[in-house]
Amino acid sequence: MDDLFKSTTSRRAFLRGSAAAVAGSVAGTAAMAGDGDPLITEVQDWASLTGVGVDEVPYGLPIRFEADVVRRNVEWLTASPISSINFTPIHALDGTITPQGCAFERHHSGAIELSKQDYRLMINGLVDQPLVFSYEDLERFPRENHVYFCECAANTGMEWAGAQLNGVQFTHGMIHNMEYTGVPLRSLLNEAGLGAAGDLSDKWIYVEGADASSNGRSIPMEKALDDVLVAFKANGEALRMEHGYPVRLVVPGWEGNMWIKWLRRIEVSDMAVESREETSKYTDLLEDGTARKWTWVMDAKSVITQPSPQSPISHGPGPIVISGLAWSGHGRITRVDVSRDGGMTWETARLGKQGDAKALTRFYLDTEWDGGEMLLQARAMDETGYVQPTKDQLRALRGENSVYHNNCIQTWHVKTNGEAENVEVS
Amino acid sequence: MSRFLKVICAASVLAAPALAQEKLGLGRAALPDEIAAWDVDVLPDGRGLPEGRGDVLTGEEIFAESCASCHGDFAEGVDNWPVLAGGFDTLGDKDPVKTVGSYWPRLSTLWDYVHRSMPFGAAQTLSDDEVYAITAYILYSNDLVDEDFELSHENFAEFEMYNANGFIIDDRPETEYTLWRDEPCMENCKDSVEITMRASVLNVTPDEETDDGTDEASAAGAVETPGTTGTTDVPGPDPELVAAGEKVFRKCKACHMVGDGAKNRSGPHLNGVIGRVFGTVEGFKYSKGFVAAAEEGRIWDAASMAEFLAKPKAYMKGTKMGFAGLKKDDDIAAILAYLQSLDG
Repeated sequence: MDDLFKSTTSRRAFLRGSAAAVAGSVAGTAAMAGDGDPLITEVQDWASLTGVGVDEVPYGLPIRFEADVVRRNVEWLTASPISSINFTPIHALDGTITPQGCAFERHHSGAIELSKQDYRLMINGLVDQPLVFSYEDLERFPRENHVYFCECAANTGMEWAGAQLNGVQFTHGMIHNMEYTGVPLRSLLNEAGLGAAGDLSDKWIYVEGADASSNGRSIPMEKALDDVLVAFKANGEALRMEHGYPVRLVVPGWEGNMWIKWLRRIEVSDMAVESREETSKYTDLLEDGTARKWTWVMDAKSVITQPSPQSPISHGPGPIVISGLAWSGHGRITRVDVSRDGGMTWETARLGKQGDAKALTRFYLDTEWDGGEMLLQARAMDETGYVQPTKDQLRALRGENSVYHNNCIQTWHVKTNGEAENVEVS
Repeated sequence: MSRFLKVICAASVLAAPALAQEKLGLGRAALPDEIAAWDVDVLPDGRGLPEGRGDVLTGEEIFAESCASCHGDFAEGVDNWPVLAGGFDTLGDKDPVKTVGSYWPRLSTLWDYVHRSMPFGAAQTLSDDEVYAITAYILYSNDLVDEDFELSHENFAEFEMYNANGFIIDDRPETEYTLWRDEPCMENCKDSVEITMRASVLNVTPDEETDDGTDEASAAGAVETPGTTGTTDVPGPDPELVAAGEKVFRKCKACHMVGDGAKNRSGPHLNGVIGRVFGTVEGFKYSKGFVAAAEEGRIWDAASMAEFLAKPKAYMKGTKMGFAGLKKDDDIAAILAYLQSLDG
């Protein structure tokens, strides 16, 4: 079937190099000069021969021309790909929903195969009746649908000391945004009964996964009873193995490490466990050598995804859509401003549609490019009135060794040929 | 803590919905044995610790056997694997060294993590006493205890970590959220702007061409070229299979190195493994089964390797390899082709 549709161009080849823009305009002028575009004037194979039958692809993958829209990892970051992270290709996506197949993965002991039949969820600790649920049990609780972003606390973590990785996939790709179907955690806790816990205001839950890393995090009871979901579907279909099939925790607005995958146990306790992932990791070192702990919320953040280093401008001066993503763990995004001159002047972008609370919002600046250099920045505001800070503002308060929670304003230097580079500005 | 407590009281979300909601009668009672099997976390005050003990010298032996291939004999870390020792008083430096000794605030975290999640690739295989011993050794490697120190459930709670008081609870609401909420500047926000740093100077961004799998065909093609060295009559492994095997080998890479300069890590290097006598890579400490096989002179061939990879622990009782095995015959065939393509 591949022979039917031979393409000589791929999107990547099209975008590659500064000649791309020229090639595009040449095709246009040829048509205007009178030589008709053969793609129009000549009958193409796809307009004559037959295509692929409905029995050939029971579950579809993106067409091969989009083969470069994939997760990528940065090998030097970690010792082993088994305990590592990869990045969502946000430079090549639009809208807000992240397809599961290219949504970033982070494992501490690799993604495991755990079937629904073998799945068990235990609730124990300070509950009236410790319980074990099967997967089937979970589907019998009233369920809800919500769209939420999941951002690793280390997203943009390699950029603290300076501009380092040249691509928005690598600087901001530890994020995805999906519509989850699941049961509110409070329903399951209620089923086990919280009478035994007494005063709930100083109680915690400890949640852990079934994989060999046994990733576990402590969550204060208030959050557990608020909006935490025990999810089994994402974007309408079962979770992918790499995102915790068959069941994961969804902790809206809070750092991705708490979204326990392959969720196997929820323990109600009277103190935080202070597990490895909430002491040695996911704590934020400050300049004086002390560290912040329990920094759970992901603050408001935005970034321009197009144009960006992996998604250069492929046309000449004239109309252009500058686009990007904004999100806040505190609620809704209310406004995004874009600067083309490195922060001297700003204009307010259009929100694609009003995003949900704690979910990605797409923004667009529909404007004209004069063909000159730009220093592109985006700045988000959320419903609490918080304004996304600059990198210098963050560094002044935290130093350069926090690793986590870098929500700084990002700058792309767009050159006259349309290429873009990750830079820092004064 | 106080911040979210205030929110709780204001919204009074706590008691009401959780207790008022009717139960559905779903799930079943968790049995004591089941809870004991899964509820193994250890709290900062030592609750959850099983009875047991282990001393530094015992710990040193176990550490060398089970941990040192990644963390180094002296817990100094190999390659990118975590450094566990040293780094004291560097947390405020330009390049802080965060180790168990210099950074971790709780001893319970160390015991709990080793017990549940280590060694990498063979989690939950250490006995309680072994975990006490390893914990004692890591403290010793940080100069926090003497070499005759023994750690047990009895003296555990007395131990205070070096950086126990090095943490503050998230103070962003007071230190940051109050600052960054003014109506932002829209015009004339700065006099001038200059680029102060560029990512291309570092050049550490992965090359997308080699990373996205679209060049597989040409990569497989490249494998064929060694045939030009002369002995072209002997068919090498199928290049497509070799390429597929290289992908499957990602599962093995955490512990086994291959190629130029390959060293032993958690597992021995695998250059030329097919055709080699069992258990004979220099410098690697094999389990008893492999030592015995080496004495017998058993040789790795395709059949024995396939059997081993399908069920490592069944094939070689007591092997240190934590890997569960390859389920798919295709994967085994591919990895065999890949291993055969590696020169000794």
